[in-house]
Amino acid sequence: MTGDMRLARLAPPLTLAILLGPLFFGLAGTALPAFGYLPELGGEKFTTQHFSALAAVPGILRSSVLSILIGLVTTLVSLGTVAAFVASDLGTAGFARVRRMISPLLSVPHAAAAFGLAFMIAPSGMIMRLISPWATGLDRPPDLLIVNDPMALSMMAGLIVKEIPFLFLVTLSALPQTRHMETMRLGRSLGYGRIASFTYLLWPPLYRQIRLAVFAVVAYASSVVDVALILGPHLPPTLPVRLITWMNDPDLSIRFLASAGAVAQLGVTLTALLGWVGLERLGALLVCNSRSAGRRLRRDTVLRHGARAVMIASAAVVFGGIAMLAVWSVSGLWQFPDALPSSFSLRSWTQALPRMSGPLQTTLAVAGLSTLIALVLTILCLEREYETGRGRGGGALLLIYLPLIVPQISFMFGLQVLSIWLGVDASFSALVLAHLVFVLPYVFLSLSDPWRAHDRRHDLIAAGLGMSRTRTLVRIRLPMLTRAILTAAAVGFSVSVGQYLPTVLIGAGRLTTVTTEAVALAAGGNRRAIGVYAFMQTLLPFFAFSVATGLPGLLFRNRRGLRV
Amino acid sequence: MLKSLSVLAGMLIATLALPATPWAADPDPRDWDAVLAEARGQTVYFNAWGGSENINSYIGWAGETLNQRFGVKVIHVKLDDTANAVAKVLAEKAAGKNEGGSVDVIWINGENFASMKRQNLLMAPDWTTGLPNWVYVDHENMPTILTDFTIPTDGLESPWGGAKMVFFHDTARTPADSIPHSSVELLEWSKDNPGRFSYPQPPDFIGSSFLKQVLIETIEDKSRLSQPVNAASFAEDAAPLFAYLDDLHPNLWRGGKAYPQNYPDMKQKLADGELDIIFAFNPSEASAGIAAGELPDTVRSFSYTDGTLGNTHFVAIPYNATAKAGALVLANFLISPEAQLRKQDPALWGDPTVLSMDKLSAEDRAAFAALDLGVATLTPDELGPTLDEPHPDWMEYIEREWLRRYGVAN
Repeated sequence: MTGDMRLARLAPPLTLAILLGPLFFGLAGTALPAFGYLPELGGEKFTTQHFSALAAVPGILRSSVLSILIGLVTTLVSLGTVAAFVASDLGTAGFARVRRMISPLLSVPHAAAAFGLAFMIAPSGMIMRLISPWATGLDRPPDLLIVNDPMALSMMAGLIVKEIPFLFLVTLSALPQTRHMETMRLGRSLGYGRIASFTYLLWPPLYRQIRLAVFAVVAYASSVVDVALILGPHLPPTLPVRLITWMNDPDLSIRFLASAGAVAQLGVTLTALLGWVGLERLGALLVCNSRSAGRRLRRDTVLRHGARAVMIASAAVVFGGIAMLAVWSVSGLWQFPDALPSSFSLRSWTQALPRMSGPLQTTLAVAGLSTLIALVLTILCLEREYETGRGRGGGALLLIYLPLIVPQISFMFGLQVLSIWLGVDASFSALVLAHLVFVLPYVFLSLSDPWRAHDRRHDLIAAGLGMSRTRTLVRIRLPMLTRAILTAAAVGFSVSVGQYLPTVLIGAGRLTTVTTEAVALAAGGNRRAIGVYAFMQTLLPFFAFSVATGLPGLLFRNRRGLRV
Repeated sequence: MLKSLSVLAGMLIATLALPATPWAADPDPRDWDAVLAEARGQTVYFNAWGGSENINSYIGWAGETLNQRFGVKVIHVKLDDTANAVAKVLAEKAAGKNEGGSVDVIWINGENFASMKRQNLLMAPDWTTGLPNWVYVDHENMPTILTDFTIPTDGLESPWGGAKMVFFHDTARTPADSIPHSSVELLEWSKDNPGRFSYPQPPDFIGSSFLKQVLIETIEDKSRLSQPVNAASFAEDAAPLFAYLDDLHPNLWRGGKAYPQNYPDMKQKLADGELDIIFAFNPSEASAGIAAGELPDTVRSFSYTDGTLGNTHFVAIPYNATAKAGALVLANFLISPEAQLRKQDPALWGDPTVLSMDKLSAEDRAAFAALDLGVATLTPDELGPTLDEPHPDWMEYIEREWLRRYGVAN
């Protein structure tokens, strides 16, 4: 055995430390001030008065309930759509088409998708322009509260169009572990409709596999900041947006309130998760009853068409939105109800590009480095797991999912305080570390399945030929898994590009990325500038995925077996 | 693999390392050569609102010029609220970081200045009057240069530009004879044109300014505004303001259930036809918008007969700034005739100068006179009288009361 394989032994504990260390210290750093302890600001004894103050904030209950509902409704609609679509179209030619169409959506950052949606559905947005004035008779946009509506419907729509591709791809990756074709055939041959066959037979084992990903969606939707800033209600905003406002208040004593709010956010997300578990029970009950009653649901055409329509619409909305961003970024004067700008100009780009280079470099460096570290750690962990056969249990998976389930805002607050204490706020390495907390789980999740599916007999042959483990890894397994590694890297890269909150809090305004710039400009409401930044923000992950799909073909042009 | 692990370990260690913070005595602007020498090679973190691309471009230009001429690098930290930078300095003070702070220059005025001055967060004593370019500043005729929202500036902030509230409308939709010329007339107008007026949601600076404008016009005893708020009589003093808002809100855009984010957002909504009357704190905003293709060329400006709110905006240096010499060089450059001329050009920004034309060289004066202020910019006499800002206390009280009354509108 060589020395470096001993190092692989350190990888799992190191990975856990990177994932859970910030989580633990961050939560502690949030909880202490919430209970009144922050000596720098004169908080020296423990008290619950900040929670009473929080309870007395006008509209706080509404903000919290809204966040819980957003978490539940977003997840229910996206998961329902994905499940119904997979049920009705699995194995058809249309399925492959929709799959190709939906997959790139995963790389579109949430903020860019939200901007695109806002540009589409606002009263002065594209949809209204296309049907005005000939159909509506309007030459002025109607005074309707569509974006930033108090029920948060547009915000939920913005989240749903992004969660559908995520849940879809997660479901797809779990499908091969079920015998789905045979199962569906069995159900169909007994006279059950496609959706009934799927729901009764395939869904239970499938759902068990994707459950943590679904939890992550519930948690994300109930605690998201950037999408809520763009599409969410104003009076009052959702809880996470209020937390950010308090955190930024010039009156530092408000930080106690903000910390109490961040602890409350934990409760809100937990409540949403419990609500979801309740929905799971309810769903299981309904399915059981329906199954016991032998309902075959053969006439499910409407539902199937509906699911397909929502899938396609969500893709169309995101793609259309990105196209809108692109057009706005080069538009001159563009008045309602013109469907196209009356003039075009590169002014926004020429203004923005010189000042974008700094944020762009930071974006690329942070994303590149955090992805690289995540890849190395993931490969070492998987290698170690391969060696020992341990660590694939549900417990390990939960630990990896934990940073995706605990609300970012609840531990990033504490982490910010901690980084100021240590004097590492706004330092590049702290930012990379903060991104790593979110990049690592995604890289791990996307690489672990193909890695585990790798045929071990290749390694046996290599060992038989006298290759060391390291050599086998470097010469055999890594090349054979290049495609999977590059895809995992692209996923990690786009996760890093899309990070808003960690960048704002740890970067402390000194280290900015295209995402923080885009959201800051959103505050300015200048559609042309937003167009430029949000378009760039979308372009970066898109490039990463293009490299991931294109590079293997280039690398292995003389290795027929490795081509696809 | 060994290598990548050691790189990783190196990075982890690096995250724990403290950045070095060189100690330096405060530079003295009266010894300008020493300031320039010290400034060379410094990086100045300029914390300024980043919501407008025109302004961002201007700051970018100033940074490049400074880098070329004086070897001072300027990094624009784009804020969505100046209060964030104040909070940062306060946090650093709380954490005992009295040197090597992260904010070098801050774009500021009003309540944020008052708050920083009160808490001794600013570089002192008076450094602004020692700047070489101070000789051009029109502090004799512009009282707001020496008193910022009734608070004496005491040389702790250097003027950057003037501001005055001006309203805009699109003559293609709103005829010039129908526009209001006072807050009361605006209320009447909004009843005739429901859903076509709004203001940014406080604590947005422009939105709060609108509230102050109404306050000044409606309060019975105007002399109270130059004093800190009397908590006991506040409810009574502000009653006419909130009665006005109660009247206005049902006729606001979206019925007051959502508000524009800030003035660029209102500008977009004027172009979209969502709003018919908007306002800004920059008299050439409309001309600049037309030049940038953001507004149609039918947009014009108007002001109130009895005057609108006016003030000056400044740059200040926190007491714990890292690059104080570089900060001084930047502050001085910003009040140079060259930089002020460029700032007043509506094609670039269009922000009124703080310099006195009489103090400039004939050449500079001619350059200012030659500026095309744009079709939609009012002449100084059309702008109407300037109303003084109330004591910063008022803004805090009004914002809090606004949030209490309207913060949960839905």
